[in-house]
Formats: sequence, C-alpha cells, structure tokens
Amino acid sequence: MTTKQLESPLYESLQAQFEIVSLQDQHEATKAYRAQAMETFRALGFPSIKNEEWRFANVLPLVKTTYEVSADKNAQISEDALAQAKALIAAHKEDILPKLKGEEKGAYRLVTINGVFSKELSFLPDNAGITISTIGEAVDHPGYQEYFGKIVTLENNAFASLNSAMFTDGLFIELKANTVLDMPIHIIKVKLASGNALFQPRNLFIVRKNAQMDVIETYISDADNEAAILINGVSEIALEENAHFFHYDIQKGCKNIRKIQRNEAVQQKHSNYSNYTFTFPGSSFTRNNLTIHLNDEAIESHLYGLYLTAGEQLVDNHTEVHHKKPNGESNQLYKGIIMDKSKAVFNGKIYVYEDAQKTNAFQQSNNVLFGEQAMVHAKPQLEIFADDVKCSHGTTIGQLNKEAIFYLKSRGIGEEQAKQLMVKAFAFDVAEKIKIPALRSYVEEMITEEMKGH
Amino acid sequence: MLSIKNLHARVEDKEILKGLNLEVKAGEVHAIMGPNGAGKSSLASVLAGRENYEVTEGSVTLDGKDILEMAPEERAREGVFLAFQYPIEIPGVSNINFLKTALNEIRTHRGLDPMTAKEFLQKSKEKQALVEFDAKLVNRSLNEGFSGGEKKRNEIFQLAMLEPKLAILDETDSGLDIDALRIVSRGVNKLRSENNAFILITHYQRLLDYIVPDYVHVLSDGKIVKTGGKELALELEEKGYDWLK
Ligand SMILES: Nc1ncnc2c1ncn2[C@@H]1O[C@H](COP(=O)(O)OP(=O)(O)OP(=O)(O)O)[C@@H](O)[C@H]1O
Ligand SMILES: [Mg+2]
Repeated sequence: MTTKQLESPLYESLQAQFEIVSLQDQHEATKAYRAQAMETFRALGFPSIKNEEWRFANVLPLVKTTYEVSADKNAQISEDALAQAKALIAAHKEDILPKLKGEEKGAYRLVTINGVFSKELSFLPDNAGITISTIGEAVDHPGYQEYFGKIVTLENNAFASLNSAMFTDGLFIELKANTVLDMPIHIIKVKLASGNALFQPRNLFIVRKNAQMDVIETYISDADNEAAILINGVSEIALEENAHFFHYDIQKGCKNIRKIQRNEAVQQKHSNYSNYTFTFPGSSFTRNNLTIHLNDEAIESHLYGLYLTAGEQLVDNHTEVHHKKPNGESNQLYKGIIMDKSKAVFNGKIYVYEDAQKTNAFQQSNNVLFGEQAMVHAKPQLEIFADDVKCSHGTTIGQLNKEAIFYLKSRGIGEEQAKQLMVKAFAFDVAEKIKIPALRSYVEEMITEEMKGH
Repeated sequence: MLSIKNLHARVEDKEILKGLNLEVKAGEVHAIMGPNGAGKSSLASVLAGRENYEVTEGSVTLDGKDILEMAPEERAREGVFLAFQYPIEIPGVSNINFLKTALNEIRTHRGLDPMTAKEFLQKSKEKQALVEFDAKLVNRSLNEGFSGGEKKRNEIFQLAMLEPKLAILDETDSGLDIDALRIVSRGVNKLRSENNAFILITHYQRLLDYIVPDYVHVLSDGKIVKTGGKELALELEEKGYDWLK
C-alpha cells in the first residue's frame, strides 16, 4: 500500500465478507461485476488525506471502527424492528414534511428498514408506468441489464468500488416512457442497529423518454443509538430523452451516522436532472459525490446544495459535471452556513469536452462562517477544452453582514432572531428552487429550528 | 423624556462626541443641524446602540432609564427609533415579515399580545395610507432595489408602524422629491403626540417649514454649540456655520 491508502482492520474483514456476498449472488453478470469492483477496491484501498480528493475528509476514524457487515441478502424484518421503525416513522412524519405525510395525499411513501423494503409501511403508486423493486429482484429487468454498473465510475473511487463489490440491498425504480408521476415518491430509509453496522445500499433510477418524477430521500435512525452506522451508498441514475427527474436528498441523521454517498447520472438529449442535496446538523461525517454526464446535446442539469452544519460535523460535497456535447447547460448553486466547530468542504469540477461548444456552465459556492472555529474549504476546478463556451464560477466565504444585523436589531428584533432572518435570507435563493411547497417550508422551518441557540 | 449629559464617544480611537448635552421632553420636536462630519449621525448611532461607537463619558437616559447599558434591540423595545441616513438593503428578508417580527417583539416587551395576521394587515394598510407607501414595496425584500426616496419612505412607514417614544430622523429629507417631502412631513405631523418626541437631523430648513420644531440646535465638532427657536434655521440658511466657530 502507498501512503495514499489507509491500513485498517475493516479492510481485512471486508475481504472475508466479500467471499460470502459473492457466494450468495446467483446472478452471473452481477457476480462478475462484484469481482471486478473488489479488484479495484483492493488496488485503491481506503483513501488517506494525502489523496487530493480526500484532503479535508479524514476517513480514518470511520475505517478504524469495525462494523457488522450486513451480508445477508435475504434478510427479513423482525417484528421488533418493524415496531421500532413504525414508531420512528411516526415521529419522523410529525417532524418532517407535515404536509407530505404520504397518507394517500401529498406523496407516495417507500420505506426500507436496514435496506429491506417494507411493503407494509409503504404507500406506492398504482401506476403501470412505474416499476419499483429491490435491486436484487431487478436483475432480469431489461433496465437493470442496460444500466446497472454502467453509470458509476469505479476508477479512483474506493468507496464506490466497495459498494459495487458488496452491496446487498437497494432499490430499483424505473419510470416507463411518457409516464408522469402525479406525486413525489418519499423514500424513507430507517437504519436500526444494536452494534456498529455498515450499510451499502445500491440504487438504480431509470427515467425513460418523456417521463417525469420527483423523489425525496430521507433517512432516520434511533437517536439514542450509540452504535456507529456507516452508510456507503451508490445511486446510478439514467435520464433518457426529454426525461425530467427532480431528486431531493435531505440529510439529517443522528450523530452516530456516517455517510458516504455517490450519485452519478447520465443524461440524454433535452433531459433535465435537478439534484437538491441539503444537509442539516446530525450526522458526524457526510461526504457527497455528485457526478453528472451530459452525454448528448441540449441537456439541463441543476445542482443545488445547502449545508447547515453544527457541532463537530464534517460535510463534504464534491461535484463533477461533464459537458460532452454542444448546447448543454449546467447550474451549480451551493450555499453553506457553518456553525460551531463544524467543517464544510465544497469542491466543484466542471469539464467541458472539446465537442461541447456553446456550453453554459455556472457554478457558485457561498459560505457563511458562523462560529470562531467553523471552517470551510471551497474550491472550483474548471477544465475547458472547447472554445465557444460560457463558464463562470464564484466562491465566497464571509460572515453575516453586521450592518444588516444592526438594522434588524434597531427595530427591536433580538440577536438570535436577526441572525435567523439573515440566514434564511442567505439560503433563500436555494430554498426557492425547491418545487414542492411542503418540502420548501419544511426546509425553511428546519433552518430556523437548527439555528436556535446559535 | 431623553436626557443626554456630557456625552463623549469615540470610534476607532477618534473622539467624535466631545461633551454633548441635550434635553428632549415629551411632545417636543428638536432639529439638529450642523456641518458635514460634525457628529450628527454619530449621535444618532450612539443613541441607537451601534456597536463600533464607544461611550467614554457621560450618560443618556430615556424616561429615567440608562439606555447606554442596553442592547440595540432593547432600546428599540423601550421606544427608541432611528430612521437611518443610509438604510441598508437586505435581500431575502421580506419587508412585511420583518416588520411583523419587530412589532410583535416590541408588543411582547410592553406586555401586549402579538397581533393576529388580520390586525397586523389592518394596521399596515392604515399606515401605508398615512405615509403613502406603495403596497408593492411592502411585500418586497427589505429595501432591495428601492430608490433612495423609497428607502426613506420605508423608514417612515416603519416608524408609523412601530410607534416609538423617541424617533430620530437622520436626514430623512435628503433624497426626497418635493411631493414626497410633503407626504412624509404630513405623516410625521400626524404621528406627533404629547407622548412622543422627535429629533430631526437635517441640512435644510425647508423640512422645518413642514415639521415645525420647538428647538433648533447646531452641532459642531461633537458639541451642541448653539440652541434657538425655529428662526435659527433661517439664520443658518443665510449665514452658514462659520460665524459659530
Ligand atoms: N467608523 C468610523 N471610523 C472613523 N471615523 C468615523 C467612523 N464613523 C464616522 N467617523 C467620523 O466621524 C465624524 C462624524 O461623522 P458623522 O457621520 O457623525 O457626521 P455627520 O454630522 O452626520 O455628517 P453629515 O452631515 O455629512 O452626515 C466624521 O469625521 C467621520 O469621518
Ligand atoms: Mg450624517
């Protein structure tokens, strides 16, 4: 191993677990894919902070822990787990999305408990145009054969490789051509664990020609749980011609959750992929990798990020936008409010390939430091090989405007509330991009809630 | 109501107020005039509690309460209002939400219940009419993209809504067109009562034709150097400030 890799007991135990997972997999193509991914993972190892891509995200504490690996593909939900999940979801519904309760109005609901799909707790669309199953059940589906493993980049991605080698659960959602879902699908992922646990969900979303859907992902765990939960997730996303996919990832986990997520999307002509990655206080370690391939002409991609961080949390967003063909438009707007001793990272890469003339690529990262010891590292990286393009990027790191706060206070508004108003105003242009009103008010309420006491 | 005694204040090691005395009683209107850089806005800032001003000597009381000890928001709740010379733009904070928050904070402080949405709307309509403030502006972000005059009018609209004991208007007349000046003045005159007081900081005696002051003071080099009736403003218009030095 080079110094860019970390030695860890987890690495050893994963090798052994891999054999079991691989033996259990009856699907030849997937099995071969797993083996190849494991090779890649072995060669890469866990990245150390000497690896440029992981400079500010030290995974050592994560991989020093040993986790129980959920290798049982056919895991069932126990009675206890179901009861506990029900209670958590009930609380979650009170807490989150008061109007999106999924009670036959507002949103569909798709619940997984430790990765296992719970039909009982879900409320799914009754629409022939949509296929929803676990990833394991989807192996014979043409969509799976066409896209599975073909979207995510394993090269130089140790965690994505590990997920590809060892995933045991996840969802497969395909929207057939011309299907427009009438309500968003709210995916609630419940994580319960009595001991340290590693989850590696693997999802595949396919939105066929002229189809449109909204997906909201949230996850919950037992707040009193001391056990460390590491989630190493990968979602592959395919948008065919003129498909529209609005993808909301609302991240608000308990402290014991550490999360590494890779979302990678491929887009065809005239499609629109909009990703909203909003991270709130909770989870101690969050790394989001969002990579988008604009593989055809006249594509739109929107990447909206909001991170409100507190405590000693780390939130690291890495984006990659690959403009490969002419007339593409990408728009990245990431806003961060960094409180207490937390740390945020934004690294945004834009590649404009030689063929991608008339590309419009925009990137903005604005950060407000809200604590003496809060830290942010923001870095745009542009590589442009076409000559007729419009690219712009900007990074700001600052404090809340003191004059504005004085103005609000001079009208009788208290310090804390003045700051809240300012933070909401700062986040406004990202929040207003949320197309679902109930979700937008939830996000705004959460900002107010999480700002309390700061 | 307001009693300022021997006030000394500095900003970044520079002494700006150098022993200022001023007594304002309920029901009175005081005008403060004086050359650029004399310390007029500084006095307003010190009264409102701007952080970068350090009071080194003297006292300021409002109805007997020491306001120098109070945070800016507490002063506002006690009834101090400053109409800023340069109101700031705050994009993303809605004008009306901001005002509602402010008003309810002040009401809570006075032991009143928060206003219902309906009551608030009613009051807002009434005061908009009083100062002829455009309803469209009320719903926009706070001062964002407002013209100079619109910002000033917004200050007066806020004043009308918050009904302070002591209002300090820092050059509210600058940047107002003739009609706006008349409207704003009429508004202020209607708001005048036996229970409140106004301090008007201005360079132009024209404002004082509309809002007739009880006293005119000249502030020069950090002190009040002359006090007179409203005829002093006319004299200043004619002679300038040099003769007072
Ligand atoms: N932050 C600061 N740092 C240094 N000097 C300052 C600061 N703020 C104000 N001053 C100085 O204090 C003095 C008084 O300023 P102030 O704004 O109070 O004047 P003013 O009487 O309101 O003038 P004008 O009529 O031009 O509005 C000026 O010389 C100004 O440059
Ligand atoms: Mg001034």
